[in-house]
Amino acid sequence: MIIRQVSVIFFLSLLLAIGGCSSNKTKGGENGAMGSDGIEDGAPIDVGEDDYSSSGLDDDGSLILDPLDDPASDLFVRTIYFDYDSANIREDSLLIVREHGKYLSSSPERLVRLEGHADERGTREYNLALGEERAKSVREVLLLEGAQEEQVEIVSFGEERPAVEGTDDAALQLNRRVEVVY
Amino acid sequence: MKRIYKLLVLAIVLLSTNAYALLEIEITQGVESAMPVAITPVAGDVPIQATLLESVVFSDLHRSGYFSIIDKKNYPQQSVELDQVDYPKWRNVGIEALLTMKATSAGEDKVRVQFELYDLVRKNRVLGHSVTTNKNQLRKVAHKISDLVFEKLTGIKGAFSTRIAYISEAGSNKGKKYQLQIADADGYHPRTVFSSSKQLLSPAWAPDGRRLAYVSFENDRTEIFVQDVTTGKRSKISSEPGINSAPAWSPDGASIALTLSFGGDPDIYILDVESRKLRKLTDHYGIDTEAAWSPDGRFVYFTSNRSGAPQIYRVSFGGGSPKRMTFEGNYNAAPSVSADGNFIAMVHKNDAGYGIGLLDIERNSFKLLTDGTLDEAPSFAPNGSMIIYSTRHNNSTVLSAVSSDGRVRQRLRLQKEKVREPSWSPFRR
Repeated sequence: MIIRQVSVIFFLSLLLAIGGCSSNKTKGGENGAMGSDGIEDGAPIDVGEDDYSSSGLDDDGSLILDPLDDPASDLFVRTIYFDYDSANIREDSLLIVREHGKYLSSSPERLVRLEGHADERGTREYNLALGEERAKSVREVLLLEGAQEEQVEIVSFGEERPAVEGTDDAALQLNRRVEVVY
Repeated sequence: MKRIYKLLVLAIVLLSTNAYALLEIEITQGVESAMPVAITPVAGDVPIQATLLESVVFSDLHRSGYFSIIDKKNYPQQSVELDQVDYPKWRNVGIEALLTMKATSAGEDKVRVQFELYDLVRKNRVLGHSVTTNKNQLRKVAHKISDLVFEKLTGIKGAFSTRIAYISEAGSNKGKKYQLQIADADGYHPRTVFSSSKQLLSPAWAPDGRRLAYVSFENDRTEIFVQDVTTGKRSKISSEPGINSAPAWSPDGASIALTLSFGGDPDIYILDVESRKLRKLTDHYGIDTEAAWSPDGRFVYFTSNRSGAPQIYRVSFGGGSPKRMTFEGNYNAAPSVSADGNFIAMVHKNDAGYGIGLLDIERNSFKLLTDGTLDEAPSFAPNGSMIIYSTRHNNSTVLSAVSSDGRVRQRLRLQKEKVREPSWSPFRR
């Protein structure tokens, strides 16, 4: 828990620093000057063409530091696991789901798709329904934390798209899940 | 030239014998209740066709579970000319019925098949005919002969000429191919009705035996389609928000029961095929799915977890409160109703895993028919004599048929692909 708090503080300060960067950058104009990030203004740095879509940089060339991508954040956990024939969210997963709910509540422009899955045991049609029940359980918590209905889409794949192949208990557990897809 | 021809014949006979061996018949329990029947070697001048004819009829009658096909070495006559049956000798070895067949060349590509069925107890010829057919239609003719023999000996209409629909899955994780296929009831002659890179589910025959309803993930969510298997004509019949699944045609073909979740949770709805109007049949916050009609159309059976775990319930077509049908164990799902309405086959969880169970509704008695670890999707033959289902075998999924008394099981292992979710067609109209 302490580690988590530390990482949140670290993350916040990083955000502030980046905020500073981008405002500098704006002043620096459009000539590719990097401002206060340690590289001299006017240095010929090849940042590729203006396509930042897959570079991890935003339109201004800043690193995109979405809290969703912080490995230390609960939001980094995007798979919620379930018990056999159950759509109840486990105690340990509840915190994570709530964090996603808070995030959605504070980021109303964000949309999320909850993909419900089941392991291969039992019938395919029942598992289709079970996958949806699981996704609905997650949605319920998201809405309780302030997410809006329009932000959350649910879909069930039943047992049709397993995360892993295999029939042992470990594989079955990995397949009983809801994937949180932003 | 003649020698080459002979070699070729030998090779083909071996090949067809090999294909015959792929149909693994497994007798799981004693044979005391089965009628002892003899099938003499098929006579004639076309050995390939003779072998095929014999193997098809043999495996049809054998896997029905109604007959015990007696080993040829016990036959008092190895070949029987028309009405030359030595009745006392046959009765001495305890055989009750005798089928003789003959396949002779009838010109290029044609073969004449003659068959006789003798009742060895009443000492008379109860069936006999001859038919000329194209060689490539011989399987069909063989299944028809099986149908006639079956009906004559049991009083029940034979279902060997019907078809099965099922889903096949091929390919690796990178690129999978899912196909809706139909095949003869013994798994032979598969042909593809629809192919997709996305999952297909739950094929269900219309009572006309021409159309199939099924679930497709082609748009990355469940939607229900209906396709005419003869013309290929295809239409989307349900694409509500949430789940669209488990279609089941009413016996009169006017309605399709399906599972929809747009109302908040999965419930059974009745879709009027003509008007496309929807009516909600079940209403519960739990899961209701996998509808199956009683043959008179008065009831809809379905799976529900309203008691906490999946069990089979039934509700009147008009609605009302559902009645719980299964109490054995804590997982009963995917009901299929027999043609007489007296039995429900289902997936039943037991110590070995998920097997196929059978409930006798009148007597309220339950019986486990199979001992697989992951048996799924039971579907009754239209005459109620057998149930087809999918089962795990050697890291793959294959189709199996079990006689309704659980005595005989036969794996249909005819293709490399994983095959599952069989649906047995109705009788042709």
